[in-house]
Amino acid sequence: MAKRYATGTLAVQGVDLDIARGDFLALLGPSGCGKSTLLRMIAGLIPVSEGALDFPADAAARRSIGFVFQEPTLMPWASALRNVALPLELAGTPRREAEARAAEMLARVELAGFEHAYPRALSGGMKMRVSIARALVTKPRLLLMDEPFAALDEITRFRLNADLLDLWRAERFTVIFVTHSVFESVFLAERIVVMAPRPGRIVRELSVPAEDRAAPEFRTSATYAAHCREVSHALAEAMEGA
Amino acid sequence: MGAARLLRWLAPTLLGFLFLAGWEWAVRANEVPPFILPGPVLIAQTLARDWSSLSVSLLVTLQITFAALAVAASLGLLLAVLFAQSRVVEMSLFPYAVVLQVTPIVAIAPLIIIWVDDVRAALLICAWIVAFFPILSNTTVGLNSTDRNLEDLFRLYGASRWQVLWRLKLPSAMPYFLAGLRISGGLALIGAIVAEFVAGTGGRASGLAYRILEAGYQLQIPRMFAALVLVSGTGIAIFLALSLLSHLLLRRWHESAQAGEPR
Ligand SMILES: Nc1ncnc2c1ncn2[C@@H]1O[C@H](COP(=O)(O)OP(=O)(O)O)[C@@H](O)[C@H]1O
Ligand SMILES: [Mg+2]
Repeated sequence: MAKRYATGTLAVQGVDLDIARGDFLALLGPSGCGKSTLLRMIAGLIPVSEGALDFPADAAARRSIGFVFQEPTLMPWASALRNVALPLELAGTPRREAEARAAEMLARVELAGFEHAYPRALSGGMKMRVSIARALVTKPRLLLMDEPFAALDEITRFRLNADLLDLWRAERFTVIFVTHSVFESVFLAERIVVMAPRPGRIVRELSVPAEDRAAPEFRTSATYAAHCREVSHALAEAMEGA
Repeated sequence: MGAARLLRWLAPTLLGFLFLAGWEWAVRANEVPPFILPGPVLIAQTLARDWSSLSVSLLVTLQITFAALAVAASLGLLLAVLFAQSRVVEMSLFPYAVVLQVTPIVAIAPLIIIWVDDVRAALLICAWIVAFFPILSNTTVGLNSTDRNLEDLFRLYGASRWQVLWRLKLPSAMPYFLAGLRISGGLALIGAIVAEFVAGTGGRASGLAYRILEAGYQLQIPRMFAALVLVSGTGIAIFLALSLLSHLLLRRWHESAQAGEPR
């Protein structure tokens, strides 16, 4: 796949990715290497210039996407509940059912009791939880996340990372998670795709085996550090080659 | 907090009283005749004495003002929505809205009064012309300043044009619309008064501006001041009422309406 913007920028070139159902894949790379562009092409928000996207044959798969932006991107005039219910209501789900499912989803992201709070009254981490609940409320098969936790403090980010993993382990939706943090990618993803800029392309793919990641205290373990070192090296090489 | 709020009311009130007292004192001490400058006490007495005739005029002016404001608000909103739906419509009509805005109302009021037989309709049109533009331009800006990511989100979920307008664009534009409405409230009153001045209609159904003119001709200066007090009071009341409306509608989510005083 490739993407050239109207300005002439070749944002992504020669990208070939095969993603299986239930994968947790991280797209790792410096700013401007086309991560967001790739994600937006997958979401169908911008057209693909060259190549194509293949989704599973059933038509439902194409529609079944959740998207989480770097900012929480909530409607400030609506309560947490109404924000989460939005995707269902846009699809024509009756309001009462949509709200019931939204409330359930809010509880899943540990925001029970905050249904009627307005975004202004929520902390950055809580807003991001609402945003994740909104992305998951339609039970998507594919969850796209564009540096969702980059603007949060580290303590909040660690908690959200762990909670996201729990959700993923329970539901097994496919995740493509964009990040520029080596540590985040190793903690979260089974597959880490390293990208380099100008033009944006994939330079390497590494994997973090499930056995390693299942270990308790993975974040402080020696294997975690080893994986981080490996990924950092790959990233540094990618930058040199650019 | 409590003390600061108290001061916010107390300070201007106190200043107002001092000013009025000084005025009254200056008028009495220098024995200024009432047809040059009446004191506040005399103005208040005149207001009370002439209330029956002045209140009728006040009602007339208020009717025109609110009718003009209502038409300006609905038409401004409607046109702004139309602009948001079609660039071509916006590009072809917006310049004429600007023309309407920059043409001084005093200059076109006589024409409108000649063209439109019904005086009250003519006054309404004049007030509407003045009040219309801030609502149109503010709402247009508001409709165009929705969060791009939210727009993408709506697109991702296959929202219809109508859903985007109703659930995304209109709520985003709400604070802008209300800010425009607050400006237009005062302008509608000004437009109505100016048009009444130009029209100069006599008889029962004439507004406050005519009372001012009439009192001026008859050198009833205290009555003139009384009518003036009513005009200003009305303007202040309209502004406060619209600010309150805006505060009530936005307080739960918009930055401009943080807990505290309506601004
Ligand atoms: N809408 C756009 N129009 C033109 N160029 C763009 C647009 N969006 C991104 N780009 C360019 O494409 C390249 C990749 O951008 P992006 O996908 O946002 O990178 P990343 O998310 O990895 O930081 C950058 O050089 C950027 O300037
Ligand atoms: Mg990006």
